[in-house]
This record gives sequence, C-alpha cells and structure tokens, in this order.
Amino acid sequence: MQIAGNTFTDEALLELEKVSISFPIYHGGSRSLKKSLLFRGSGGQLASDANQRITVEALRDVSLSFRAGDRVALVGSNGAGKTTLLRAMAGIYEPVAGVVRTRGRISPMFDISLGIDGEVNGYDNIRLRGLILGLTSQEIEEQMPSIVAFTELGDYLDIPVRTYSSGMMTRLTFAIATCFAPEILLMDEWIVAGDAGFLSKAQHRIESFVESANVLVLASHSPDICKRWCNKAVWMDKGQVRATGTVDEMIDAYTVDKAL
Amino acid sequence: MWHLWATLGWNDILQRYRRSLLGPFWLTASMAIMVVALGVVYAELFKMPIDEFLPFLCVGLLIWTFLSSFLTEGGGLFTSAESYIKQIRLPFTVYVLRSTWSKLVIFAHNFVIYFGVLLYFQIWPGPVMLLAIPGLFFIVLNGALATLFIGMLSARFRDIPQLINSVVQIVFFVTPIFWKPELLKSRSYIADLNPFYHLIEIVRAPLLGTTPSMKNYAAVLLITIINLGVGGAFFIRFRSRISYWV
Repeated sequence: MQIAGNTFTDEALLELEKVSISFPIYHGGSRSLKKSLLFRGSGGQLASDANQRITVEALRDVSLSFRAGDRVALVGSNGAGKTTLLRAMAGIYEPVAGVVRTRGRISPMFDISLGIDGEVNGYDNIRLRGLILGLTSQEIEEQMPSIVAFTELGDYLDIPVRTYSSGMMTRLTFAIATCFAPEILLMDEWIVAGDAGFLSKAQHRIESFVESANVLVLASHSPDICKRWCNKAVWMDKGQVRATGTVDEMIDAYTVDKAL
Repeated sequence: MWHLWATLGWNDILQRYRRSLLGPFWLTASMAIMVVALGVVYAELFKMPIDEFLPFLCVGLLIWTFLSSFLTEGGGLFTSAESYIKQIRLPFTVYVLRSTWSKLVIFAHNFVIYFGVLLYFQIWPGPVMLLAIPGLFFIVLNGALATLFIGMLSARFRDIPQLINSVVQIVFFVTPIFWKPELLKSRSYIADLNPFYHLIEIVRAPLLGTTPSMKNYAAVLLITIINLGVGGAFFIRFRSRISYWV
C-alpha cells in the first residue's frame, strides 16, 4: 500500500516528512472552554483553525525515516502523540500537512480483537479476521490448519465465539493476529496473551512473528519491553519528536526527564 | 475485496436475526400483514377493485422499503464502523458495499410477497417484467451513492440522521405508493417533481405488466447524474476527513 509519492530517500521503507495532524473538536466550541484548556496538561497543544474551531494539534512537523531492520520504540508520556503517530503510519489519519510514504504491507496490530463477531463460530471468525487483514481466501485456508492447531480449541471452534471464556477468546484472537507474515509491523503496546500454560507458547510465537517483520514500530510504556525488542527509539513529546537515537540512550534520557 | 464486504454484510443480517425462529422472514411477515391490511382498507376508501389496488400497493411498498432503508440507515454507515475505521485502513467503499449487500438480501426476502400476490390474484405481467432488472440496478446505484453521501454528512453533523428520518416519513405520504398517481388529476406535478416517484416507477411498472414512460427514465437518468456528481465530488473532497469525523 502506498500513500503518496514515489520518491524514497535511500531504502527507507517507512518515511514521514513534516507530518502534522490536528483533530477538530466539534463539540467544544466555546471560547471559555478554549481558554481554560489552552496549554494545559501534557498532551497535544490546543489551537484554533481558520474557522475558529478548536483543534488539538496531535502531531507537529514530524519527520522520521525507517529502513529494513529498524526496530523502533516510541516513548513518551500519555498524550504525547504515540498512537496518533502509529495511526498516521498506518494510513488511518491522512496528515493535514506533510506526507507519509510507505513501501510494503502495513500490518497494524492495534486492537487484535477487531472484527471478532460473537455470533459466528471460531472458523468463520478466523476467515473474517484474515479478510480484514487483507489476506485472500486461499491464503486463509492454507493457514487454517496451523491456526487451528495453535489455538488448541478443538471442537469449540464449531460453536459461536460468544460462548468462549476470555482465555479461549485470547487464544483465538492471538492465533489469528500472528498467523501472517508482517512487513511493516505497527504495535500499540505489546500483546500479552492468556493463561500461564499458553503464555510460553504465545511468547515463542510472538517472537518469531515480530522477528519476521522488516520494520517494527512499537509504542510502549514499558522500558524493559522497549529495550528487549527495539534497537532505536523516538522520544515523542507534545506531538513533536523531542529526540531520536538508540533505545538505551532514549529510555535513559526519558526516564531522567520524567523523574525531574 | 468482495469477499470481505459480502461476509460483513451477511454477518450483519445474521446478527440481527440470530436465534429467532423466523429470522429475516420476520420482516417478510410484517410486510405481508401491512400489505394486506392497507390493501383492503385503502381499496375500499379509494373505491378501487382490490385485485388492481393490492398488487400496486404491494410492489410500491416493497420498493419503497428498500429505497428508504438506504436513506434511514445511511446515517450509521461510518459512525457504526468507527472501531474499524480507527484501527485499520480499508477502502471506504467496503462499508458502502457491505450495507448495500445486506439491504439487497433483505429485499430479496421481502420479494417473496410479490410472488404470493401474483399467485393469489392470478396475474402474470409477462416478459415486460424483465425491465425491472435495469430499474433495480438504478435504485441500487442511487441508493449506494446516497448512503455514502449521507454517511459522510452524518459522521460530521450528527443531526442529519434525525433530520432524514422525519423527511423520509413525509416523503412516504407524498409519493404515490398507497395512492395512484392518476388521482392527482390536474396537479400531476406533485408526482412528476418527486424523484422517488420515478425511481419507484421504473421497477413497479414492469412488475405490474406495463412499460415505464420515457419521462420516468429521463428523470432517473438525471437523478443518477446529479447523485454521481454531487456524491462523487463530496467523497473525493472529504474522503480523508472521514476518519477524523467518526
């Protein structure tokens, strides 16, 4: 999927050039509200656009470029723009200014239970989820045996998933989410899966899943997970890139800054 | 891609009627009762033979129910798919085709009543009824364009669905569905200026054994062009804003 243009610098697989995103707030038109909220909190900056609407500037002038092999952690406080940045990379939000260029299939893993329909059975949910992820019916049928084996749900796959326990549901969603080969993998928080017995198996699967991606962008509040999985880091602050560097440098700098 | 919207649309129907005995035939049953009740009463009121009035009413109601569902359900097209739109980038046409498909399936369920009426009154419209197929195509095309437009507008302005619901109700009464357009006599412009009349007529006339007039076709063509132009331009201009609006 390509969002715009064809000019890649070097071998960048994912590139953002001066990307700005602002959200209009349609329900908060009053000026007093604007005044009371202006420049408060840690989040994006509030401003007003040409029509005097209040907008939240979620991203401002973000320029980033990632190539094959990059494992990038997004760090920053709540409301720093990490999720918005991921969604801009996924092509969900088209930037107000600037461009996002991508090469390769984008695999967003924001909500792994997206598209799960409680009324249909396990098999049909696997098919539906595969279709949403952009797989063809043939690819899905090829993957089916391995997904089925991984879930260990057996005959339960024949009944509607609304009858599943939450642990069973986790197995199903997790197995489907990790069954395809990602190219540019975008994750909002690390995926944690299920009960103790399933955990080590899941851990193994997610490791090989993440390793097979060309580019990983992971937003996480856990320094351990960032350090374990990433080699680079981007420090987001109030919708802007505050600094980029190796994951160790950034995590240390960010932790120090937070403690101040 | 057709696999995705077909599955989603089908699941929408399953979800609504899961575990009910009659399933989507609930709609068919209530529609059948409405046709019979209104048919008997209004045939009497208008002093018309029932074997002429009831088929007319039946076909009109079937098409109107189909057509108006595009307008009344269009408001939720994008707002109800918020979780999808904010999680993954899918072509927005997926949502349009999904809802159009499920409406077509429901229409097909209701259409059974038409055959029941044909059998009961021993009518056979003849080969002219095949003209209903291109007519239906135009209804689907215009309906899909209208849902897209309404869906976008409603995502931005949340008052639109309420507004449309009340307008649709009025349109039902001023459109020749349970009264014949001939009754207008000198004020035939009431029907002629009503786009819904022409859209209904290009399917209803063939199903009742007559050919729609050139006027009907010309009007539908004009409506389609306007719909394509306005809807298309709006979509191209504001497509990228949908995910901000929902």
